[in-house]
Amino acid sequence: MKALILASAVLLLAACGSDLHDWDAAQQAAIASLWIGNLGDPPPDPTNPVADDPRAAALGQRLFFDTRFSANGRVACATCHRPDRLFSDAAALGAGIGPTRRHTLSLVGAAWSPWLFWDGRADRLWNQALVPLEDPLEHGATRSQYVHLLARHYRQDYEALFGPLPPLDGIRFPERAGPLGDAQAAAAWRAMSEADRQAVNRAFANLGRSLAAYQRLLRPGPSRFDAYAAALAEGRTADLKTLLTPEEAAGLRLFIGRADCIHCHNGPLLTNNEFHNIGVAEAGGMADAGRGAGVRAVLDYEFNCLGEYSGAAAADCQELAFVKAEGGELQGAFRTPTLRNVADTAPYMHNGRFKTLGEVLAHYRDAPAAAAGKSELTPLDLSDADLAHLEAFLKTLSGPLAVEGRWLEAPPAAPGPDP
Amino acid sequence: MVTWQRAMGVMLAGILAGCGGEAPPAGSASVVHEVGGRKIVLDTSRTRASKNRLFTVTLDSGAEPIALNRIATWTVHVQDAQGRPVENAQIGVEGGMPEHDHGLPTAPRVTAELGGGDYRLEGIRFQMPGWWVVTLHITASDASDTVTFNLML
Repeated sequence: MKALILASAVLLLAACGSDLHDWDAAQQAAIASLWIGNLGDPPPDPTNPVADDPRAAALGQRLFFDTRFSANGRVACATCHRPDRLFSDAAALGAGIGPTRRHTLSLVGAAWSPWLFWDGRADRLWNQALVPLEDPLEHGATRSQYVHLLARHYRQDYEALFGPLPPLDGIRFPERAGPLGDAQAAAAWRAMSEADRQAVNRAFANLGRSLAAYQRLLRPGPSRFDAYAAALAEGRTADLKTLLTPEEAAGLRLFIGRADCIHCHNGPLLTNNEFHNIGVAEAGGMADAGRGAGVRAVLDYEFNCLGEYSGAAAADCQELAFVKAEGGELQGAFRTPTLRNVADTAPYMHNGRFKTLGEVLAHYRDAPAAAAGKSELTPLDLSDADLAHLEAFLKTLSGPLAVEGRWLEAPPAAPGPDP
Repeated sequence: MVTWQRAMGVMLAGILAGCGGEAPPAGSASVVHEVGGRKIVLDTSRTRASKNRLFTVTLDSGAEPIALNRIATWTVHVQDAQGRPVENAQIGVEGGMPEHDHGLPTAPRVTAELGGGDYRLEGIRFQMPGWWVVTLHITASDASDTVTFNLML
């Protein structure tokens, strides 16, 4: 009798083993929709004429790692967007000049998103880059300082791309001046002529365009999951079980099925780049309006796609022109992040609240109510084994970036005299 | 025997009517969709009569299938009950996912009248796969009516 039970169990397992890699047409389509082979190049950016200019990317890379571009000379973009951490940060909250209130988002794949930041308060890669530069808790300097730094250290490279810098004499163009600076810097900014302020703004925007050209190179590369998706699409069914373990395949089945992760984590970047309230608690009960505030900020942002420094036609700014600006679902909503390399980008969520994927998955299963706004989640009927399978699947989404290694480190110092 | 066959025929017709309403017009389409374990038939035709049959409306989404996460411009064609193009219509747009209690991720609008009963609908995007509805509120010559399209992404 025992032998019979054992034999049945083995048979059952064997049957399950083969079923795990057996997908119906709808499941095959879902898996194919996540395949990196369907990603393509980042969408063109008509607001950035140097978006795909390698000279701009090279300048952007040098700027990205340059700590001189900060109030204290110690903060670069790379301080928080660390290349060894997939351009994210191991700390729960980013910290430049001081501690910020949000976790550092990875920049990998950012070029595909119509919105930047957790709350989408910027709508282009280049205008996103300008915000931390002027944030007193991040780089903390003023836009006038940045233009003076460009002239001092990068004039030749800048002018080859964008034409002459403004005549920075220190009188018409004070060293420290900017609308978001301290009282002294703000007063100096107001004292400048409108034309001179615009000249500084144009150069400051171009600084962002160089940084964006660099960041457009930070592309995700194929993962083990992608090898599986390719094998499935090509009908190489015998290969499937060599590419994902039974646990990983079970996790994939949940991801596109019962757990419905694919609802928001869809497409080849496994994100819809939209805003959702998932009820992540804030530390100390602090409220964060998320997209509710971010949408107001991007509409008011002087460097946005419809602003005078974008150079775009209104038709190029559809996302901003037709943005959803009202509605309760914006409150406490944050942008869905990519799941590519998610196992290597802990901690998680807009405030870095969860240290492990296990904590994240438990949150989705429990679906706690939101403190601000209304959570979109409903509790999931998933076992501990299901969560373990999902976690195993998420770990198959890691792969080396599709970027030459020289872009992943601080560039060598430029040859020749750097005044 | 004949009676039995007739009974079956009546029953089948009844089931079909229950599923799809009256006989579908040529060019119509539908899908069976499961909502909470219950199967429903969704009319996914891109040409539909408005609720009170004042208008016949065609939604042209350009390339098919509709791409996820890509903002798009569509054309709406409005005819009256006699098949004449409707000019000077005011058209409001709303939509969402009935199963998930949320609206569209963008705020699409009709931005231009193109002539011949055609209108440009701009700024529409879908960020999730599944069943979506798009509802157009149409007012022309003091008559108002509403038409809803089912879209499966």
